[in-house]
Amino acid sequence: MHPMLKLLIQRLALGLLLLFASTILIFVGTSILPGDVAQAILGQTATPEALENLRREMGLNEPAVARYFSWIGGILQGDLGTALTNGADITQSLGKRLGNTLFLAFWAAVVSVPLAILLGVISVRYRNRLPDKLISAVTLATISLPEFIIGYVVMFLLAVKLQWVPSVSLINDGMSLLAKLQAIALPVIVLVFVVLAHMMRMTRAAILNVMESAYIETAELKGLNGFRVIVSHALPNAAAPIVNVVMLNLAYLVVGVVVVEVVFVYPGMGQYLVDHVSKRDVPVVQAAGLIFAGVYILLNTAADLIAILSNPRLRHPK
Amino acid sequence: MTGPSKKLSRRGFLQHSGAAGLAATSAGLLLPQAGFANSPRKGGHFVLGLKGGESTDTLDPALSLGSANSYALYAFGDYLVDITPDGGLTPALAESWEAAEGGKVWHFRIRKSVEFHNGKSLTAEDVLKTMQRHSNEDSQSGALGIMRGVESMKADGDLFTVTLTTPNADLPYLMTDYHLVIQPNGGMDSPADGVGSGPYRLTEEEPGVRYSFAKFANHWNGQVGHYDTHEIIAINDDTARVAALQSGQVHAIDKVPPRIANLVGRAPGVAVGITPGRGHYIFVMHTDTPPFDNKDLRLALKYAINRQELVDTVLNGYGSVGNDIPISDAYPLFDETLPQRAFSLEKAAEHYGLSGHDGSPIILQVSDAAFPGAIDAAQLFQQSAKAAGIPLEIKREPADGYWSEVWNKQPFCASFWGGRPVQDQMWSTGYLSSADWNDTRFNNPEFDALLLEARAELDQTRRRALYARMARIVWEEGGLINPMFNQFIDGYSEKLGGWTQHYSQMMNGFAAKLTWFA
Amino acid sequence: MIQAVRKMPLSALAGLVITLLFFLMALSAPLIAPYGLGEVVGKVWEPSSARFWLGTDNIGRDLLSRMIYGGRTTIFIASAATLISFTIGSVLGFTAVVMGGWCDVLLSRFVDLIMSIPGLIFALVILSVVPATILVLILVMAFLDATRVYRLSRSVAESIYAMDYVEAAKLRGEGTGWIVLREILPNALSPLVSELGLRFIFMVLYLSTLSFLGLGIQPPSTDWGAIVKENSDGLVYGITAALAPAIAIATLAISVNLVADWVLSLTTSLKGGRS
Repeated sequence: MHPMLKLLIQRLALGLLLLFASTILIFVGTSILPGDVAQAILGQTATPEALENLRREMGLNEPAVARYFSWIGGILQGDLGTALTNGADITQSLGKRLGNTLFLAFWAAVVSVPLAILLGVISVRYRNRLPDKLISAVTLATISLPEFIIGYVVMFLLAVKLQWVPSVSLINDGMSLLAKLQAIALPVIVLVFVVLAHMMRMTRAAILNVMESAYIETAELKGLNGFRVIVSHALPNAAAPIVNVVMLNLAYLVVGVVVVEVVFVYPGMGQYLVDHVSKRDVPVVQAAGLIFAGVYILLNTAADLIAILSNPRLRHPK
Repeated sequence: MTGPSKKLSRRGFLQHSGAAGLAATSAGLLLPQAGFANSPRKGGHFVLGLKGGESTDTLDPALSLGSANSYALYAFGDYLVDITPDGGLTPALAESWEAAEGGKVWHFRIRKSVEFHNGKSLTAEDVLKTMQRHSNEDSQSGALGIMRGVESMKADGDLFTVTLTTPNADLPYLMTDYHLVIQPNGGMDSPADGVGSGPYRLTEEEPGVRYSFAKFANHWNGQVGHYDTHEIIAINDDTARVAALQSGQVHAIDKVPPRIANLVGRAPGVAVGITPGRGHYIFVMHTDTPPFDNKDLRLALKYAINRQELVDTVLNGYGSVGNDIPISDAYPLFDETLPQRAFSLEKAAEHYGLSGHDGSPIILQVSDAAFPGAIDAAQLFQQSAKAAGIPLEIKREPADGYWSEVWNKQPFCASFWGGRPVQDQMWSTGYLSSADWNDTRFNNPEFDALLLEARAELDQTRRRALYARMARIVWEEGGLINPMFNQFIDGYSEKLGGWTQHYSQMMNGFAAKLTWFA
Repeated sequence: MIQAVRKMPLSALAGLVITLLFFLMALSAPLIAPYGLGEVVGKVWEPSSARFWLGTDNIGRDLLSRMIYGGRTTIFIASAATLISFTIGSVLGFTAVVMGGWCDVLLSRFVDLIMSIPGLIFALVILSVVPATILVLILVMAFLDATRVYRLSRSVAESIYAMDYVEAAKLRGEGTGWIVLREILPNALSPLVSELGLRFIFMVLYLSTLSFLGLGIQPPSTDWGAIVKENSDGLVYGITAALAPAIAIATLAISVNLVADWVLSLTTSLKGGRS
């Protein structure tokens, strides 16, 4: 078997094992949170009998281990169960939210990742000169502002004053792609501001780190122009840390955009998780936690593999 | 990550159950008679932006909580009785009603030729089933509390009859509670399907995001529901909600933050509507737990709070000063002779000295989940208490789980009460020693006796005197620090016609029914 | 080193001076703040005046004093958490690469596991089991952040570890410690320093999220992120109280990163490249 294929299979197997471990962690974590869903649903006036009835109905009285295995059993059959609070089918409602989240994350990534690398390369090319310093200052300033401040500012400029785009980013299946893109314009702008600086600065630092190597000097002596050297000689060798930071930010775009979702009323996974955590709707929290864990593990694995593939020395270990 | 959690059925109930006055039942139109120049126009798509929608919401009226959810009930549902703008009663699905046996038995005559959205016709049996679902033994309804006095119910022809354990002149008011939407077969079959007899028919449901409706052509009352389509969007972020109104994406919003209400009102094309409420933003002490079991310490804290400063700062003037009782002058039979407790550092220090407190920090647990601005209010309280030499310490609690883990469990914390239609209900729910929500652990035999006496008292003058004595006891002995009554602030587009001031916010929830695009 | 400081470019010098000023301000907060931390001295959102240089906040406290005290918590906690996170994260990351094998697999997968648990659930679970003190706050922030640092350090070190000069050192019989400190660390420094500057800023922002959840800082104490939040209502109506702390965070961010950039240029020249 090709060693790379073997590595790939190994890492995927490890990823699955990890996902399994995280189900245990999520299950234990959600189980020890104070308060339970029966109390949350019935409120303070609930009589002890009513609470007991509801708990029995929901199967909360089963031992934890039994509940865990029936949950895992369900997942393996593709059934995430139903929400305790409103009886919604989790696979269906969560699928819709996940689709929305991925849609937003995809477009934010499509804009921000190439832009960040491009800006990073420009910074290196004009190192310590005006373009470098300008890019640096602007991206640092945007990253220092809390997300909701950027959100409020673009909302008032572009939605209230100029009325170019809607301030409420609701999307539904009936909309054309163009209408959807217009609806998510504001959250995409904010997310790009938030993740740009991190990736751009890592690109710059990582490229600078390899720019000192002898082979770069050789390339420069060959008379290649600045951009050419950076893009085709330095960038590939600087890939590992860049890929890692890109991965961190992609994960953030999927998992961490609650604030942006709230500000722009975007029906994604973040708000969905928060709502169900506060109601202690454990099956939904577990399902959402599982998806998030899966996303992280997938991205981490991908980053590791890309780092190895991009480095010939790692590709052919001695 | 930080949104306030609204898990408590108490709050949803409180916010929507207020009804003003003991006004006699009156048959009349919901609307003040519309002039010819101002007659409703039909058509258009009306969008409401509301605070308080979660993806855990359900349209089951029994379990409904929060604004987005309960306003959806108002859109697709009808009630037996509706409340008029000035707080009186008007017939809805009940054409008329009358009391018998001195208010112990109530007969409601159910309107004929009312159609549900699923094509069925309304019968008294549907009403009976609805009320049973909200009051039977294993009911989980938020309306269970107000249905407790019911002894038996029956449906006979087009007559629905309720028999109470004790007479209650206010029963028709209780029927306006937002949970008590009349559903086909009482919602026994599929409670959360959103089928009612209201002016709008549910077309799309995304909990915590939006609800869409289309006009129900066969609605029994042609004078309400002027829009072709209607949409409710949950916008929990304050700034986003205001921006949506100003950019024209929604036509009305609730809960405009008081600090920016005057700025919003100045924006072009937008108006602000203010409703004085009975809600109060409070701090509650457990009178049975040290150090709050000491009356002097309680008084010291009551004197150490600067009520006017809190009204000015936290409510930006959109409210009125409280007086350590849960009753405002909006209630009938309010006692005006009770002196207003004034802010006094001297008296606070004096009582603090008398209490003999050892000087250890007094912990006040707060969260903005209790009421908007609770943490600010607590910090202002802390500063004025410090000036009186009282060592108040603030402990911020997570919004998540505040109502289940802190309120009614910890001895000193921030809280919020909406209000009740009548004094009896307010006192019985929160201050009777045996009440579930006695969040001050108030236990005063004299008070309890007076409350029971007042409930049975039919003479209004004598009843007023009894309430006055009760108020004085709580004012002097109670664990309630009530610095302020808040007002409700709505924002709406000036394109709307028919917007009027009702006794409660958002035209008492009827904005979609009663307004139109002018 | 002295030579390096003398040759310092103007921008780095400015960054250094401003950063030092911020730290100095944090240290001497009670001495220089014109009013007390929680003292209500004016009306809500007064504009700036001779009495209140930056105006007042959402309940009428002097904004400048709040900023000075808030800067103290912000800078102290963010610095402490960043230092701990970098120490743990990078040491473990390098060790994993050098030790390899099971050690690497266990550490890396453990980190993946921690990263895969949603932060909200993590924070709530911690809140429910330990008392919410500032120390806990710092440790939680450092622990969660160390996972990110670990991944980065490990990936950087992995590329370096495959280099010929590390191979040579191993053949010379140098120990693990020597390889980590003398071979890997200097060569991994520039991406790490760049990351350090940003991680510090993330900490500043993260702090306000956690204290909002009820973990850590208790009112009337505050931090810059919290001041932004408290005053953000008025922002879009031209009430600028929220901008002062936001500008402070941005200024600190840019200053710290200017210094980081300078250190970056030093580390690249330390490796013997062209300067």
